[in-house]
Amino acid sequence: MDSLQQRSSTVQEPPGAATAYRPTPPPAWKPRTDPAPLLPDAEPFRVLGTDAVAAADPGLLRRLYAELVRGRRYNAQATALTKQGRLAVYPSTTGQEACEVAAALALEDRDWLFPSYRDTLAAVARGLDPVQALTLLRGDWHTGYDPREHRIAPLCTPLATQLPHAVGLAHAARLKGDDVVALAMVGDGGTSEGDFHEALNFAAVWQAPVVFLVQNNGFAISVPLAKQTAAPSLAHKAVGYGMPGRLVDGNDAVAVHQVLTEAVARARRGGGPTLVEAVTYRIDAHTNADDATRYRGDSEVETWRAHDPILILERELTERGMLDEDTKREAAEAAETMAAALRERMNADPALDPMDLFAHVYAEQTTQLREQAAQLRAELDAESEA
Amino acid sequence: MPTRTAAKPATMAQALQRAMRDAMAEDPTVHVMGEDVGTLGGVFRVTDGLAKEFGEDRCTDTPLAEAGILGTAVGMAMYGLRPVVEMQFDAFAYPAFEQLISHVSRMRNRTRGAMPMPLVIRVPYGGGIGGVEHHSDSSEAYYMATPGLHVVAPATVEDAYGLLRAAIASDDPVVFLEPKRLYWSKSDWSPEAPAAVEPIGKAVVRRSGRSATLITYGPSVPVCMEAAEAAQAEGWDLEVVDLRSLVPFDDETVCASVRRTGRAVVVHESTGFGGPGGEIAARVTERCFHHLEAPVLRVAGFDIPYPPPMLERHHLPGVDRVLDAVARLQWEAGS
Ligand SMILES: Cc1ncc(C[n+]2csc(CCOP(=O)(O)OP(=O)(O)O)c2C)c(N)n1
Repeated sequence: MDSLQQRSSTVQEPPGAATAYRPTPPPAWKPRTDPAPLLPDAEPFRVLGTDAVAAADPGLLRRLYAELVRGRRYNAQATALTKQGRLAVYPSTTGQEACEVAAALALEDRDWLFPSYRDTLAAVARGLDPVQALTLLRGDWHTGYDPREHRIAPLCTPLATQLPHAVGLAHAARLKGDDVVALAMVGDGGTSEGDFHEALNFAAVWQAPVVFLVQNNGFAISVPLAKQTAAPSLAHKAVGYGMPGRLVDGNDAVAVHQVLTEAVARARRGGGPTLVEAVTYRIDAHTNADDATRYRGDSEVETWRAHDPILILERELTERGMLDEDTKREAAEAAETMAAALRERMNADPALDPMDLFAHVYAEQTTQLREQAAQLRAELDAESEA
Repeated sequence: MPTRTAAKPATMAQALQRAMRDAMAEDPTVHVMGEDVGTLGGVFRVTDGLAKEFGEDRCTDTPLAEAGILGTAVGMAMYGLRPVVEMQFDAFAYPAFEQLISHVSRMRNRTRGAMPMPLVIRVPYGGGIGGVEHHSDSSEAYYMATPGLHVVAPATVEDAYGLLRAAIASDDPVVFLEPKRLYWSKSDWSPEAPAAVEPIGKAVVRRSGRSATLITYGPSVPVCMEAAEAAQAEGWDLEVVDLRSLVPFDDETVCASVRRTGRAVVVHESTGFGGPGGEIAARVTERCFHHLEAPVLRVAGFDIPYPPPMLERHHLPGVDRVLDAVARLQWEAGS
């Protein structure tokens, strides 16, 4: 210390040192994109309760209504099947039907849906056989359908990991010259995963035709959104990647459908990806196995019940004379028919072949697997003889 | 077949590049992707020239994110492409393990065969190049423990070409381990000569002998070949089996050799505890017990995180350690 001070005191002042030091200015820098158009609106987008409802296609409104009613019944039936031991587990989307249904209806046949484990209903609304959609949750096989046939990726259990798949598929489709769009669904908790980040980044850099739909239903099992992120909204996350973020009332089926349809159209015409956050609420517990009373109060649930997606659509359309009793009855009947058929079909035990365990590990069985298959075969034969 | 021009001996890196180039020329669905694989040609230059020849859509510099690279490759494979993914170094593949284990390896299985995953994950792996931390791991045990993956490790220039062609043609995912210290090893194989595509899952006897079998693969193959030459002076006539593929495992070739020689040593760089050698030794013992004159021994890296470069020579199994093990094969009851 002493020597340093000494040295500085003996240093000769350079000529002109009296003039203030000016650092060389850095090279000019400006952001690559004006972030303003990417930012979500402060309030979630709504159609219900505005004059835009009157301008909406009445056929679409009735279709959305019927799908919501059917979806609610599907959730109730699937939950009942868990109580009868017919399903191992069911993550319900009661209260979130608007997101599920709008997701399915926003897509063309050639588009792809990338659902999470919660999004069985979106797959069913897209036309998948309800029993096939429940195979994973019943436990007879992981994916009960051919993804390519329905253009629905397997229901994905590890959070957010299906998002990069959606990006890759959409990118591949564009490379092949197909105007296919991928819609990828994820929960609010899933947005904290690295795969969410990487998927959005790849999508934006590649300008891939992908739409990300975050269903913000308030909780990741028991953890509320406030403990998940410090971002002003999940839609805000889009800005950092260079894609637009849209915030929508997830219980307003018309609004979700409109926002998703716009995002899909934008992707299809080469405009790149969009991140949509639908603000909704999970009325049921995380799954039938969860106890939601441990982490949330009844009053919160009641507030959201008053903003139920079916209730608000039905009330508004009825008031405007756009929904009559016949249409309501038809929707209810169609839902009952679906539920009855589901109940009946799920009451039969699926026929399973244990030898399937070895059938789909590799294109060609390894010698190791052939040996193990022979072992199981022998065990099964011994069982059937006993 | 595209015409081959270079006439001088090729390196393993060149053979790998040639394999990708030939595959891309023959099949427009083959896409190469990874960090720096485009303009730079990869940090080891294995993808040199591919972007120039096939365009950036076929040989793509991706954002720097291993899970994203592999995850998007999964989606591309779902749409009918055959991605060939480069992970820059062994220890940088770990962020992609979630995609590898949860999706790549089991997509065929979870969709009852409806959705195969024809993709290749190329991993420059192993030590001996003086790399700093995180540049020298031997991660094959992790891959081997995951059903649904093929795990391949070439040791020669010819195999590098032949096995990579087979890996790209495979309808199943292949983890393709490239022994980075052999990248610059040369052989008389020239890209001009017709190169055979090797089926995945077949081991090969690199050197035949009668007194013991060295079972090895990848970067340890040249070590074992050298050890076998040296052992001759001691009166040991060693057979060297190069596995080439760890999954599927060629029990037949390995056990036929051990039954002939009655003694075996497994040699690899990765750790011994929980490493591939334990599995191999157990398999051999189960199948060849009555032919064995001694326990199956293992010569492996120490059970330590990969050491700093100035100490790596003490960790890597070299000729002397292999010869010591061979000496220990003169097993006598109670010794
Ligand atoms: C990678 C990963 N970590 C943990 C889990 C266990 N898990 C299943 S659902 C869940 C909460 C997910 O919350 P969110 O993303 O908000 O979706 P939601 O269930 O509300 O639809 C957790 C932690 C998982 N499936 N995957």
